[in-house]
Amino acid sequence: MAKFETLVAIAAPMEQRDINTDAVIPGRFLRRKREEGFGDCLFRDLRFHEDGSENDAFVLNQPAFRDAKVIVANENFGCGSSRESAVFALHDYGIRCVIAPSFGDIFHNNCFKNGLLPIVLPEAEVAELRAQAGTMQGAPFAIDLAAQTVTGVDGVIRRFEVDPFRKRLLLQGMDEIDFTLGFEDKIAAFEAAR
Amino acid sequence: MARPLTLFEKIWVPHEVHRDEDGQSLLYVDRHFIHDGSRTAYKQLADRGLGVRRPDLTFASPDHYVPTTSRDFADVDGEDRKDMVSSLTRNTAASGVTEYGLTDDRHGIVHVMGPEQGLSLPGMLILCGDSHTSTHGAVGALAFGIGASEVAHVLATQALWQRKPKTMRVMIEGELAEGVSGKDVVLALVAQIGVNGATGHVIEYAGSTMEALSVEGRLTICNMSIEAGARAGMVAPDEATFAYLKDRPHAPKGEEWDAAVARWRGLATDPGAIFDREVFLDAAAIEPMVTWGNRPSEAVPVTAAVPDVASVEDPAQRRVLQAALDYMGLKAGMRLTDVPVDYVFIGSCTNGRIEDFRAAASVLLGRHVAPGVKAIAVPGSGLVRLQAEAEGLDRIFIEAGFEWRYSGCSMCLAVNGDTVPAGKRSASTSNRNFVGRQGPEARTHLVSPATAAATAIAGRFADHRTLGG
Ligand code: SF4
Repeated sequence: MAKFETLVAIAAPMEQRDINTDAVIPGRFLRRKREEGFGDCLFRDLRFHEDGSENDAFVLNQPAFRDAKVIVANENFGCGSSRESAVFALHDYGIRCVIAPSFGDIFHNNCFKNGLLPIVLPEAEVAELRAQAGTMQGAPFAIDLAAQTVTGVDGVIRRFEVDPFRKRLLLQGMDEIDFTLGFEDKIAAFEAAR
Repeated sequence: MARPLTLFEKIWVPHEVHRDEDGQSLLYVDRHFIHDGSRTAYKQLADRGLGVRRPDLTFASPDHYVPTTSRDFADVDGEDRKDMVSSLTRNTAASGVTEYGLTDDRHGIVHVMGPEQGLSLPGMLILCGDSHTSTHGAVGALAFGIGASEVAHVLATQALWQRKPKTMRVMIEGELAEGVSGKDVVLALVAQIGVNGATGHVIEYAGSTMEALSVEGRLTICNMSIEAGARAGMVAPDEATFAYLKDRPHAPKGEEWDAAVARWRGLATDPGAIFDREVFLDAAAIEPMVTWGNRPSEAVPVTAAVPDVASVEDPAQRRVLQAALDYMGLKAGMRLTDVPVDYVFIGSCTNGRIEDFRAAASVLLGRHVAPGVKAIAVPGSGLVRLQAEAEGLDRIFIEAGFEWRYSGCSMCLAVNGDTVPAGKRSASTSNRNFVGRQGPEARTHLVSPATAAATAIAGRFADHRTLGG
C-alpha cells in the first residue's frame, strides 16, 4: 500500500456539505477496471458539462487549483455509497488528503487503504482553512502525519487526531491483508473455539 | 450485577479475535455477501496469490448489473457489464463460494436474498461491500457496509479491523396511522436527524412501534440507516423475528433451532444499558412521506408543499437547497400533489419484498396507471417474484399498466441500463435521491410502495389513503 508521511501541496476549497460518493464518481463509471484508472471521472458531473467541456466554475478547473493535492471540504464528505472507486478517483486524479469536519464512515475507512489521508478537524478550523485555501491561492498547505499537524497558509500549526492503528499502517505503507495474515493463529484458534 | 449491555455490545464483544494496543478490534465475520461489484476485490486476492479463506461463509448473487427484462445472460447490456457478471460466476466457482446466479430462483439483491434464505441470523456479524448492508441488522445482527479493499481483506482472512463505533438508540413510540409504512418512518427519521445525524454510530431501533412492525418493515428501516450516516442499524430479535426465520433454508433446524432461539432471546439490550445518544420519534405524527430534494433528509408529507428555502438563514445551506430545487425543477410552495411524474419504480433492497408488492397491489387493484407514466415493478429476488405470482399480484400490476420484471437492483442505481432519462421525474421506492442517481439529470423522489402506486395512478404525487377513482 502507498505510504503517507508528509505532503506540501495546494489545497482546493469545497464548501458544500454532504458531498456524496455518487457526486465524487457517478455510478455509470463503476464498471471500469481498477487498472484503467478513475482520475478522469472524479467529480465528473460537477467538473464537466454534458458535452464534455470543462465547467470553469468548478474549483479544480480554476488555474490556481489545477495542481491541488488537498481538498478542504465540509461536513459529511464522502457520505452515501461504499464505492471505493470514489477514493480511487481522488487518488488517480492526484488528491492525497481531504480535510473535513466529518466524513462518511465507509469513505473514511476506504481512504486509508489507498494511501489517502482523511483529516478531521473542528468545523471552525476547517472553515478557516477553507477560507485560506480560497483567498491565498497558490500558497501550499503542509501536512505531517507523524506529527499529526496541518499548517495552513497562515503558518499556524493545527494538530489533528488520527486513529493510531491507521496512522501506523499508513506511515509504514503496510499492506493490511499481509498484516492480518500475521494473526492467522489467533483467527484459527477463534474459529476452533466456536 | 454485571454492567447492563446493549444489543450491539452483546454482538461486538464475542466477535473480537484480537484487540490491538491502539484500540482497533479484529472482528470475526460470520457471513459475507458478495455481488457483481466484487471483481476488484478478487483481483486484489489474485495479485497476492491468496484464496478465499471461508467460502462456506460467503454467498454471492449478481444484482447490480443484471437485466430485469429477462434472465438471459446474453441480455446483460454490453461487454463491460457482462464481464462484471461473468467474473462473479467465474470467481465464485473457482473459490468454492455459492452463487445464486441469474437463472436461480434464489437470485436477488443480496440484502433481500440474505434474510430470505436465513443466511442472516440474530447475533451474527454480517458484512458486504455495499452501504445498505445495514438492512440485515433488522433480524438482530450487526451488519455494515465495507469498501472493495475490505472485501478483499474479509475474503482472505474472514476478519476485519474496526474501531468500536458509538451507539444511538432511536425510540419510536406509538401507533402508526393506517397506511403509514416503515419507509415513511425512516424518511421521517432521516428528515429529523439529518443525513449526518448518526455518523459514527450504530443505531438500535426500539420502542412499541418497532415491536409492532413486521420484520420486513424493520428491514426497510434498517436499510436506510446509512442515509442518516449510521454505520449500522439493528433491532433486537423477538418472536416476530423467530417466526420470520424459522424453516428458512439456512436457519438452524430441530434441536439446533431451539437452542439458537434460547440464545437469541438473550441478545436484547439490558434494562439500564447506556447509549451514547438517544433520539425519540413520535410514530403517530408520521404521514406518507416524499422527498423533494437531493438528500434523503429533504422529505415532507405527501400532502405538504415544497418548502420555502429562502427563509433558511445559513447562506451556504440556502444555496445548496436552492440548487436542489433547481435540479429537481421545483418551486417553493408547489404542492407535491400537483407535481406530475414520468416514471414510477417499485423495487430495490429498501422496498423489494413481498409486503411491499402487496401494499402497492392493494392500491393498484382495479385501477390503471395514468397516461404517459412508465411504471416498473422489480421484485427484490426471484422468490419474491414467485411468491407475488402465486398470490396473483403480478396480474394486478400488469393489468394496472406496470411492467412486471425480474429481480435485481434495476432503477435504484441504474447501472444495469434501467435509467430515468435526463429531466424526467421519478417516484421511486429506493433509498437515494442524489443528483444523477437514476441517470444523469434524472429527478428522483423517494416514496413508499403504496405512495408509488398511488402516484402512478394519479400521474402526480398522491396520498394513497385518499386516492379517488
Ligand atoms: S437495490 Fe440499490 S441500494 Fe440496494 S444494493 Fe442494489 S443498488 Fe444498492
